[in-house]
Amino acid sequence: MEVRLEHLTKIFPSRDKKGSEVVAVNDFNFTIPEGKLIGLLGPSGCGKSTVLYMICGLEKPTSGKIYFGEDDVTDVPSEKRGAGLVFQNYALYPHLTVRQNITFPLENLKGEEKLTKEQRNAKALEAAKLVQIEGLMDRKPGEMSGGQQQRVAIARALVKMPKVLLMDEPLSNLDARLRLQTREEIRRIQKATGITTIFVTHDQEEAMSISDMIVVMKDGVFQQMDAPQKVYDDPVNLFVAKFLGTPAINVFEAEVKDKKLHIGEDMVMDKVNVKDGPVWCGIRPEGFILDEQGALHCSLTGVDVMGRDTSIVSTNPKMTGLNIRSIISAEDLKLTSKDSVRFNIKRSKTLLFDKESEARIYYD
Amino acid sequence: MTKSGVKREGIMGTLSGWLYLAPALAFLIFFMVYPLIDVFIYSFEEGYNSASQTYFGIGGYNYSYVLRDPYFLQAVKNTFILVIFTVPVSTILSLLISLALNSIEKFKKLFQTIYFLPYVTNTLAVGLVFMILFQKTPYTDGLINLLIKAMGMSPVDFIEGPYWAKMFVLCVYVIWIVMPFKILILTSALASVNPVYYKAAKIDGASKTRIFFKITLPMISPMIFYLVITGFIGAFKAYSDAVAIFGVDLNAAGMNTMVGYVYDMLYCDGGGYPSYASAAAIILFAIVLTITVINLIVSKKTAPKG
Repeated sequence: MEVRLEHLTKIFPSRDKKGSEVVAVNDFNFTIPEGKLIGLLGPSGCGKSTVLYMICGLEKPTSGKIYFGEDDVTDVPSEKRGAGLVFQNYALYPHLTVRQNITFPLENLKGEEKLTKEQRNAKALEAAKLVQIEGLMDRKPGEMSGGQQQRVAIARALVKMPKVLLMDEPLSNLDARLRLQTREEIRRIQKATGITTIFVTHDQEEAMSISDMIVVMKDGVFQQMDAPQKVYDDPVNLFVAKFLGTPAINVFEAEVKDKKLHIGEDMVMDKVNVKDGPVWCGIRPEGFILDEQGALHCSLTGVDVMGRDTSIVSTNPKMTGLNIRSIISAEDLKLTSKDSVRFNIKRSKTLLFDKESEARIYYD
Repeated sequence: MTKSGVKREGIMGTLSGWLYLAPALAFLIFFMVYPLIDVFIYSFEEGYNSASQTYFGIGGYNYSYVLRDPYFLQAVKNTFILVIFTVPVSTILSLLISLALNSIEKFKKLFQTIYFLPYVTNTLAVGLVFMILFQKTPYTDGLINLLIKAMGMSPVDFIEGPYWAKMFVLCVYVIWIVMPFKILILTSALASVNPVYYKAAKIDGASKTRIFFKITLPMISPMIFYLVITGFIGAFKAYSDAVAIFGVDLNAAGMNTMVGYVYDMLYCDGGGYPSYASAAAIILFAIVLTITVINLIVSKKTAPKG
């Protein structure tokens, strides 16, 4: 099912009379294509969960519309919307067994949809098999690991065959290894069911690794929506560029003079077809080429070897942030000096942003 | 640390533990354990006289006397009626009031305070107010009787009238007295249920009644069992409640309770009959113990785990 948000806005009233109201979600417009896995990405407190709660009907939007396919579901109560939600802490009913937890949504069906006990149990088993917990049906949530509880929560959300599956930070309560495993699992389940799935995360790596598309938001404002690699390569503004990628993009205070890009005294790139003036220059860690005759002069701080990658840590007076991290493949690593290092930069990995608005400046 | 070091520390730890417990233990032994054993012994000593410290013989006569005493049987009947009515009614009413308190936003604090007031009010003062509310004298009717008259029915003397009327007042009084504490416990129990479960249940399409019976009730059931168990024990120990409304001569009013009977046996006719009182106390103890054990078994079987 395609999900379309039109001018979706949510304003929370202030807690007390003196405080100002909070705009959690500000004029959201985007369409989520059918059958895709979408990562809704943004820093903590930026309104991601509110978007999710509005889609499933737990929160009422202040204004704007939500469509599932052609149907306007803005005023449809959550139980009739056909959206499944997996909560961040799973919200499994602690006094019910796994089977009872999964059949709980089915027991609420009324009228023609009403199922017999056998049908309910069969459906629950089907959902449990999908998430591979069919052997744990008589356990209580307290007797299971976090990863298993997560699967039960997904099974409970899937058992009614929702049109849209929503997940609120599905991996944040798991340890690092389980997180990798579970995110592949989510990918597999989504592929197997073909249900349009939206998951919320603040972890960009998580979002980039499994989503078909990611939506980046900041302070309740939509920033960009595209395929993960596209957003990484072609961010619309400095915020998106900084938010995606580990190590993060290196940002310099730079200046364009006569179509040449200067960082401090160093002329690092020419044929930059933008008007003169100060700009933010972002260079991805993989955008540096080690070169004794390189244009960019930096002071060497250290070399970090992390598995297959080697990153050179250096500093430059014009940088923002703590240091410059550049990833160099091991065979290219030839350092001639102990305290200085010079780079050439790759054009495709260098992004320019407006100094004031931080919007992307396209050159060439 | 060496093995013996661990051992010595263990012994020292145990010793100092007992030392810390000693003052409390001493009080417990002198004022709880010793009297308890003494009461048990008295209950088998026939015709014990506390002044001369003498008795005729040993046997079960005290029990057979007490169990045949019409006053005692009346007290047992009164106590059981009190327990059977007040515990469920007060618990259910408290739960309803707590649910209402939890669902309102305006004046929540005010209502919480109002519902808690009876808890800090003197029970005898409350009893007096109840007496005035329910009384019917040749000169004046209480407020309740005025209401009954206004509805076109004949007034009833609740204080000195028929048995059912007196029992009714006593039950209402006890319910009214015990509810504040139950409301306090249940409102906090309801507030401690994580709201995420309600959100999940809403997404799952559960109706309000289903959410209450399938989610809320099981989650607060440990607290409900706690209230039921303490409620049973409290109701079995009722005495001052009856005195507050009907005065000290409860046997004459036919409104005595088991604890009241024990008290009367101890102090009536000057020296009293401590043997009979002890036997009655042991019978009460056996009943309370049995009911509490049954309660615990039931609560263990139904309470949620994990």
